[in-house]
Amino acid sequence: MPEAVRRVLRPFAILAGLLAIWQAVQWASQAPAYILPGPLAVGEALLSRWPQLANHAWVTFTEILLGLGLGLLLGTVSALAIASFRPIRRWLLPVLVVSQAIPVFALAPILVVWLGYGMASKVVMATLIIYFPVTSAFFDGLRRTEPGWLDLARTMGGKRARILWHLRVPAALPALGSGLRVATAVAPIGAVVGEWVGSSAGLGYLMLHANARMQVDLMFAALFVLAVFAVGLYFTVDRLVSRAVPWQAEER
Amino acid sequence: MTQSDQPAGAHGGARVYRFPKSRTAAAGASEAPGICVRGAHLAFDGVQLFDRLDLDLRGGEITCLLGPSGVGKTSLLRLIAGLAEAAGGRVGDDQGQPLQGRIAYMAQQDLLLPWLSARANLLLGPRLRGETVSGAMRARADDLLQRVGLAEAADARPGALSGGMRQRVALARTLMEDRPVVLMDEPFAGLDAITRYELQALAADLLSGRTVLLVTHDPLEALRLGHSIRVLAGRPARLDDSVAAPPGAPPRPADQVADRQGALLDRLAAAKRAQREAGDA
Repeated sequence: MPEAVRRVLRPFAILAGLLAIWQAVQWASQAPAYILPGPLAVGEALLSRWPQLANHAWVTFTEILLGLGLGLLLGTVSALAIASFRPIRRWLLPVLVVSQAIPVFALAPILVVWLGYGMASKVVMATLIIYFPVTSAFFDGLRRTEPGWLDLARTMGGKRARILWHLRVPAALPALGSGLRVATAVAPIGAVVGEWVGSSAGLGYLMLHANARMQVDLMFAALFVLAVFAVGLYFTVDRLVSRAVPWQAEER
Repeated sequence: MTQSDQPAGAHGGARVYRFPKSRTAAAGASEAPGICVRGAHLAFDGVQLFDRLDLDLRGGEITCLLGPSGVGKTSLLRLIAGLAEAAGGRVGDDQGQPLQGRIAYMAQQDLLLPWLSARANLLLGPRLRGETVSGAMRARADDLLQRVGLAEAADARPGALSGGMRQRVALARTLMEDRPVVLMDEPFAGLDAITRYELQALAADLLSGRTVLLVTHDPLEALRLGHSIRVLAGRPARLDDSVAAPPGAPPRPADQVADRQGALLDRLAAAKRAQREAGDA
């Protein structure tokens, strides 16, 4: 079998293996369906409750994507501001460092009180979670421009703003890319935790309600949808980042 | 001005003769200024690396600066380039005018931006200065790439090029800046012997007519390329030109400079020994 085909088949083989183990554990343990439903039961729930799942998934996905977009935008702008203006760096950087130590989840109840049960509180939650890795990674990248490049730019008589835009920003893109990868991995956490704390829609809301009614198969189905979306989102972002910084692979 | 071991006529003759031959030289050559450094000083952790050091570079010539590691060659070059962090001193041309805007700089690392094509790397200077990049500029960049033998690679990113090719692009970028003064800090040190040998000849040809300061560790390189050769040695360091550059215009063939290589190596070895002893004391 050629390597390309094997590479495509490998994830499916892993998935099939995991499902088989899951089914085997279920048979062996004889756990009742309301504790551990088998993959078939979950698949059934997935199909029969699909319209409901899709509606809630849509809400959660929107929250995640909005949070990701907003967090990326705010994080990039903040990092640029901190890197280019010394007074901002002096005042804002300590605040950022300290605030990073506060667990964002602890803010979830307050955000629900302030912004209500709707989407806004979850979007803000996801944005906050994404903001920090993006800001710190990008700022770090902007700060670590190869000194030789800056020397060269100075002897060329480069203007400050242009050096930032043509040299320091592109040089920091790989760092921003790693920050964005981390952010993408944590973004769904923000949205789901926000939904758990208080909401009227979304996969987190659906899971909480299914839990109260012992509909464990529905919980698993919701989890499955969330996992597929999260993994798909991660690989999409990973691919986009790699395409945006093609020289990174060449340099290695 | 500076004293030289060669008769002035040899210099003048060589230069005039080379003018029509070298097309790149034209712009920089006519106005290539001499450079005067006065009272350069550099202290590191309370140790005087050099103090009240004077250096003169003749206009339109290549001056090679050698010396043991850590003696302050790079610091001296960076002082002239306006990049000095620790070193101080007065730097100007032979009329006492500042050199700002007349300098191109080339380092040991090629310093190519990995996200830009070779051509775009050549256009970095105009871009950073906020000049509009015109079709004429692009044509000039392509022309320079052709002259360093990389016409095919204009659209390639540095990651796809070999070390020698990358340094050629860096050389082309230095020429793209078209400055009368070129400061080079061990530009060929990271290359294999053959590539280095080829690049030295190419650089000497393309840089002729400009005022060049070339910091190098390689005696052969200095003897092939330098109109004059300076050794920076001692603590605090002093300049000496006891080893004269060989006759003839650079780039000189290797076999013509072989007889002086021994003398220069001996001088450098003595300098290194003296530095070690000074360090122990």
